Amino acid sequence: MALLADIASWACLIAGSLFAFIGAVGIIRLPDVFTRMHGAGIVDTLGMGLILAGLMIHEGFTMVTVKLVLIVVFIFFASPTTTHALARAALNGGVTPVVDGKDAPSAKSSERTDGPSKT
Amino acid sequence: MLQALSLGAVLYGLWLLLSGHYQPLLLGLGVASTIVVVLIARRMDLIDREGHPIHLSWRFLLYLPWLGWEIVKANIDIARVIVRPKMVIGPTVLRLKGTQKSELGHVIYANSITLTPGTVTIGLEEGVLSVHALTREAAEGLISGDMDRRVTAVEGAADGRGEHGV
Repeated sequence: MALLADIASWACLIAGSLFAFIGAVGIIRLPDVFTRMHGAGIVDTLGMGLILAGLMIHEGFTMVTVKLVLIVVFIFFASPTTTHALARAALNGGVTPVVDGKDAPSAKSSERTDGPSKT
Repeated sequence: MLQALSLGAVLYGLWLLLSGHYQPLLLGLGVASTIVVVLIARRMDLIDREGHPIHLSWRFLLYLPWLGWEIVKANIDIARVIVRPKMVIGPTVLRLKGTQKSELGHVIYANSITLTPGTVTIGLEEGVLSVHALTREAAEGLISGDMDRRVTAVEGAADGRGEHGV
């Protein structure tokens, strides 16, 4: 039983690290700030989730697990908020999303207060 | 009032879990600090249907497993896109109309979209969301409106019932 828990815990930790790594690769490989946020999204959902799940399995039903669950809950609410703040900051700073390889509405880059237009 | 009590219960539960001390003196201090925090929250006008939405708790809890599974599927899709030697991406910005009635519903929808890798909400105004999608598939998944319907179901039925309690 302990062996099974160990295997499950390590599987989660390794899978989580793998997803965190892929997310980091994504941040480097993807072309602009908006697409890079999708790479970061992998790190703080499945990467974070699997690593913390692995730690919970390792700990079993203890106080530490309760605190790990709370960490998941807080990240669950904080991560979309920060991602959204980052996107707003980029938009307000005048960065327009690159759409399908070419620069997004270049004619409209001066009027950016209403956000990006439908493409 | 119901919200204040519920907030107090949640705060005290959190305090108990995090402290791990169960002597009478410390439990009393916990009660005291909980009451002070609830009073401050009340003075700051934080205790309302939006700040502490107990009216949709159980429906929201039912929604979470579905959202979790969507997040896992989207993660695998996006991870596959990233590790492919020749990256095939088709970034788009699309506008979606959220069918939720309250601002809280719109925020739940927007946050669900952002949590799902491949789609990020970059704007929300008057119930219209601007969403940046990394791939065509991610964009099409949103256009199908499945998530929108589920979020509306989370707030919708609960809203009519909660009106009497406040």
